[in-house]
Amino acid sequence: MTFDPNAIALSIGAGAAAGLVGCFAVMRRMTLAADAISHIALPGIGVAILLRIHPIVGGVAALLVGTILVWGIENRTRLATETIIGVVFSTALAIGSLITSGDELIEALFGGVGRLTTLETTLGLVCALGVIVFVVRQRHRLVLALVSPEIAHTSGINVARLNLYFLLVFALAIALGLRYLGVLLVGSLIIIPAATAKRLAQSLQGMLLISIVFSVASTTLGTCLSFALHRAPGSMIVLVAASFFVLSLLRGVGTRAANTSANASK
Amino acid sequence: MGSPAEARHLALEVKSLSVGFDRTTVIDRLSFDVPHGSALAIIGPNGAGKSVLVKALIGSLPSEGKFSWEASTRIGYVPQKLDIERDLPITGGDFVRAKATVVRAQEGAVDRALVLVGLKPESVRKPIGALSGGQFQRLLVAAALIGEPTVLLLDEPTAGVDEPGQDTLNHTLEHLRIEHGLTILFITHDLSVVYQYATNVLCLSRRHACFGTPRTVLTPQLLQDLYGAPVAYHIHDDIRP
Repeated sequence: MTFDPNAIALSIGAGAAAGLVGCFAVMRRMTLAADAISHIALPGIGVAILLRIHPIVGGVAALLVGTILVWGIENRTRLATETIIGVVFSTALAIGSLITSGDELIEALFGGVGRLTTLETTLGLVCALGVIVFVVRQRHRLVLALVSPEIAHTSGINVARLNLYFLLVFALAIALGLRYLGVLLVGSLIIIPAATAKRLAQSLQGMLLISIVFSVASTTLGTCLSFALHRAPGSMIVLVAASFFVLSLLRGVGTRAANTSANASK
Repeated sequence: MGSPAEARHLALEVKSLSVGFDRTTVIDRLSFDVPHGSALAIIGPNGAGKSVLVKALIGSLPSEGKFSWEASTRIGYVPQKLDIERDLPITGGDFVRAKATVVRAQEGAVDRALVLVGLKPESVRKPIGALSGGQFQRLLVAAALIGEPTVLLLDEPTAGVDEPGQDTLNHTLEHLRIEHGLTILFITHDLSVVYQYATNVLCLSRRHACFGTPRTVLTPQLLQDLYGAPVAYHIHDDIRP
């Protein structure tokens, strides 16, 4: 495996996008949803392989359709989002594993290692930029809707529409990491850096910045390690991100130990 | 020609409003008016549908019947207790600035609102999960005041606030109503607050609703009917009719 500048460029873009979307996903308690929604890509990848088109195109299409389906069911029934995502995800996984087989299934699940074309990289970076612009521009609306949908509503926000846009952007961020991390691991890129940032940050701006830093560090470091160690990038990226999270746990332990000794000396 | 509410200078006109979930009717054909610049207290036992009524009036719950707000009404809403994660890294400042940005409030609106509710700048630098119940409640009221609302809808605005803090908040709201012509609808369980600050009372219960001024509506018999038990309350001498 040789060094690929396109892969580094896309890993920075995808990392920044995932870091930003992840903050609101974690604060909206969508940790499990991130994993589940990513699985919706599988039948799309399977169909794309059968039709001999780019697997990511199929994956993105399935993600967008799945997201609209989840949002539509949520708005028309009184079922919890987790329940709907659970049903849609299991169905998607069942269909996906039926129509995808062998090496293709493994690559779809854990990510591939092939070189990126300039077109793929450019499209990926444009999508990443779209995700970043959305979260930065809509962060105030997302904060109000997070604290109280009713306050958001009386402030003139169409909360249902904002939720749909957020889910679509969320799906797009998942799609960006699909090629390298695969269906099984991509959710962790959204969640782990944001969860690390949530532990360390004291304000919204702090969380967004810390999450971007850890996410981009995970994707670029993971990609570089995969070139150096000749391993699949997905596993390396997730391991780097998880290491940052474990390190962030030390901060809590340190603070608690300091508090305990301070109390003991009183 | 304006809406019916506008013609009679009403802030809100409610006609035969019903709200329900699945097959349960919570609010059944309720009618009342809220004059512009008045303060309506909404009282009743738990489960009577007070919060449901308020949510229906802001349009976040589907309802049947009619209600019309005065033209160009801007609503500031304070919800009942919110389920906020303790470790959410959103500060009070993040929250009120978000509100100010979304409603395109004038410069200085955030600072003015925080002063009005008596929140110190150091309090809004803390994450909202780290605020005390009373501080968080004041923050919600401050957020409701941003954006020059013409109507405030408050679901137990002083719940969890200490006694002096309650008085300050209630006086502030009264001042805003009298000096700036705000219309206020508030849910409360405190009958002395109703007597002191409300111009009208709407009482809700599973069996019946009543509407009128505090002194004509809140008789000991009606309160007993409303709550299903005798209600002890104290009216200060200076506000006794």
